[in-house]
Amino acid sequence: MSVNFLISQAKNIQIVIDQNAAEIEALDQNIGDGDHIFNVQRGLKLVVELEDDIKNLPLQKGLNMIAMKVLSGIGGSSGALFGTFFMSMAKTPDLDKDIDFKKACEMVITGINAMKERGKADVGEKTMMDVLIPVSEKLNELKSGNTDMKEGLSEITKIAEDRMLATKDMLATKGRASFLGERAKGHIDPGARSSQLIIDTICKSLINK
Amino acid sequence: MKKFINNVDDFLKESLNGFGKAHSEIIKVNFEPNFISRKTKTKEGKVSLISGGGSGHEPMHGGFVGHGMLDAACPGFVFSAPTPDQMQAAAEHVDSGAGVLFIVKNYSGDIMNFQMGAEMYSGKNDSIITNDDVAVEDSTFTTGRRGVAATVLVEKIVGSLAENGGSLEECKKLGEKVNKNSGTMGVAFTSCTVPAAGKPTFDIGNDEMEFGVGIHGEPGRKREKIQPSKTIVKNMLEAILDDLKPQKNEKTLLFVNGMGGTPLTELYLVYDDACEILKSKGIEITRSLVGNYCTSLEMQGASITLLKCDEEILKNWDAPVHTAAMRWGM
Repeated sequence: MSVNFLISQAKNIQIVIDQNAAEIEALDQNIGDGDHIFNVQRGLKLVVELEDDIKNLPLQKGLNMIAMKVLSGIGGSSGALFGTFFMSMAKTPDLDKDIDFKKACEMVITGINAMKERGKADVGEKTMMDVLIPVSEKLNELKSGNTDMKEGLSEITKIAEDRMLATKDMLATKGRASFLGERAKGHIDPGARSSQLIIDTICKSLINK
Repeated sequence: MKKFINNVDDFLKESLNGFGKAHSEIIKVNFEPNFISRKTKTKEGKVSLISGGGSGHEPMHGGFVGHGMLDAACPGFVFSAPTPDQMQAAAEHVDSGAGVLFIVKNYSGDIMNFQMGAEMYSGKNDSIITNDDVAVEDSTFTTGRRGVAATVLVEKIVGSLAENGGSLEECKKLGEKVNKNSGTMGVAFTSCTVPAAGKPTFDIGNDEMEFGVGIHGEPGRKREKIQPSKTIVKNMLEAILDDLKPQKNEKTLLFVNGMGGTPLTELYLVYDDACEILKSKGIEITRSLVGNYCTSLEMQGASITLLKCDEEILKNWDAPVHTAAMRWGM
């Protein structure tokens, strides 16, 4: 993992999110207020625009700059959560050494743990954490096991998709959808959908490399 | 979408610009990071009050910056929580040494961003979370009730105490009391349109209303056919009274708040209905507030807030205030 890797992933993700923007917006209008997709799009645009400022920086510095940009430029729950994600990733030890797959897993796990802490949400609450926490658990398994990386990433895309779809029948207990009670049932959580798309894009780009 | 807009991306900035120009005798608008502060520096030893939230609820919160109310307000994008650097910059700008009290509406995004702002600010600070919306069930395991129109009352009443030398602890205690003593219920007839979305947040029939709507057009308790005002107001008040359980002859403040698209004529009609119903239940209305204070863009609808008042609350409610949206006694 390097700053250039992060920027190129942000560009890939931007394309996929834009392609699915109408669907995510509609999901949010069913159970939220429709701001999620604009926040995610704004965040991706800000990160991609950072390219010239950060492309030659060491990873830790680059991550911190992405974190501050995301934190100050997005707003809403997404800004706080994704900002926390990058800020915590930057705190992973030994980032000045070569980042192998194991280390990259460790960084993502650290980031997701911090998001969980910040949002005080766990699995089963109909939020993006329903996708991110199981993905983090799988990464933890992969980093210590002997599974082939591509096979592992392919399993992760499957987990992310299953967990995203599973939010449909959940009652929400966190976030704006929590105000709806039973009426939130029957709708996929928009944060779970955007997170699943992000994970899917990254994993597939690594599998096809 | 029909709105006064030049460019969607400039919407907030241009609106803040206008606000700054129109009220330059009271406030100053700071950009990057965005916050609205009083024109004059917070006096030595006075606790600073800072609130904020997504834009689109004007005059909340910028309209409440000034003598006897807030020291600063942090506006986010429309319906999106402001960012931690805004809260940090506002706190550094206004703190005069007595500490900062953040007033936060109970929405996940606001809570997280204010928490991070508070962590980034090195000075003494504390927070109160408002959660007056009785449409939503409260629970320690969930996000809980939403913070809505009673936030206006909290900001006014605590603002007066801070102006008169109340400590950070005393301000927090009074704010929590006002929040606990108030209940709000909202109804919407139409949706609102977030500029970035360009289309209404939800679909609603010409003969329908959303009972228990939130201040972002997020759905409420149920969708119903529209009814005469008296019936709607009765249902709203019953939900509030069930929750607040006021004593007979208890003094209250009755606050009828417009969501942005309902004329004052109708809000006063709602006030009249509410007075009749409360009188029949033996509840005394000793103070009133009617108008658009906590809005949801151009949504048609109204919320009713009832606040149980003791002497401390009444004294601080009556105290002088001079902000863009609220002014009396000075």
